[in-house]
Amino acid sequence: MKMKRSNEPIFWSLFGAGGILAALIGPALVFITGIAVPFGLFYAPDTMSYSNMLAFVHNWLGKLFTFAVVALFLWHAAHRIHILLHDFGVHAVTLVKVLCYGSAFVGTVVAAYALLAIGS
Amino acid sequence: MSNRRPYVRPMDNWWMRDPFFVRYMAREFTAVFVAAYAVVLLFGLVRLSQGEAAFNGWLQYLKTPWMLVFHVIVLATFIYHTWSWFSIMPKTMPIMFVGGKRVQPGTITGTGIAAAVVACLAVLVIVKGMHP
Repeated sequence: MKMKRSNEPIFWSLFGAGGILAALIGPALVFITGIAVPFGLFYAPDTMSYSNMLAFVHNWLGKLFTFAVVALFLWHAAHRIHILLHDFGVHAVTLVKVLCYGSAFVGTVVAAYALLAIGS
Repeated sequence: MSNRRPYVRPMDNWWMRDPFFVRYMAREFTAVFVAAYAVVLLFGLVRLSQGEAAFNGWLQYLKTPWMLVFHVIVLATFIYHTWSWFSIMPKTMPIMFVGGKRVQPGTITGTGIAAAVVACLAVLVIVKGMHP
């Protein structure tokens, strides 16, 4: 008998990768981009200026980092929200899955497109 | 038409019945804020690709009081995510042995949280080093 292969390991890996990345550096990122730099604490006011951010994503390492953070956070969240909706009694499993993972996929493509448009 | 009225256990608010389920929900619910933060960053990235004026608009938006409130809440949920992620890690990772002895759950959680503290400090210092 040929068993249908589950696609779960792919989504679970992305969920796990995003989860560990968020757990390790998430708090620092939120503090820097959301609180410290916009409100002038600890960092130079131009830390996130247009030219500095452009230079950051022109570097291939910065590009990779930015892409990893945005895409993996989205896939991590999509997996949990998909299960959360089931827990709250939304049983349209396929639809929920398509909407959650679909949103993460669209976000990933948009991030990749923006990074490629910025170029090097 | 059947007159049977089988008992169906109500499932409304099932997760409030037990503190274990409440913790489960709190942990899973952090994902909503992780997604929201990723969307904010994604907008910034798209604005960056559209030029200086567009990106400055995004930067100004970050300075609004509502975005500060939003980011404070996001920061709290991220810290909770870090704590809960490593709290359940002893259950989600394969059983690990060192020197023939099983690594204790507390050791795994403690090591994970310590690694997160070091990683966060490293990010804070590296960013400071890039733009002193």
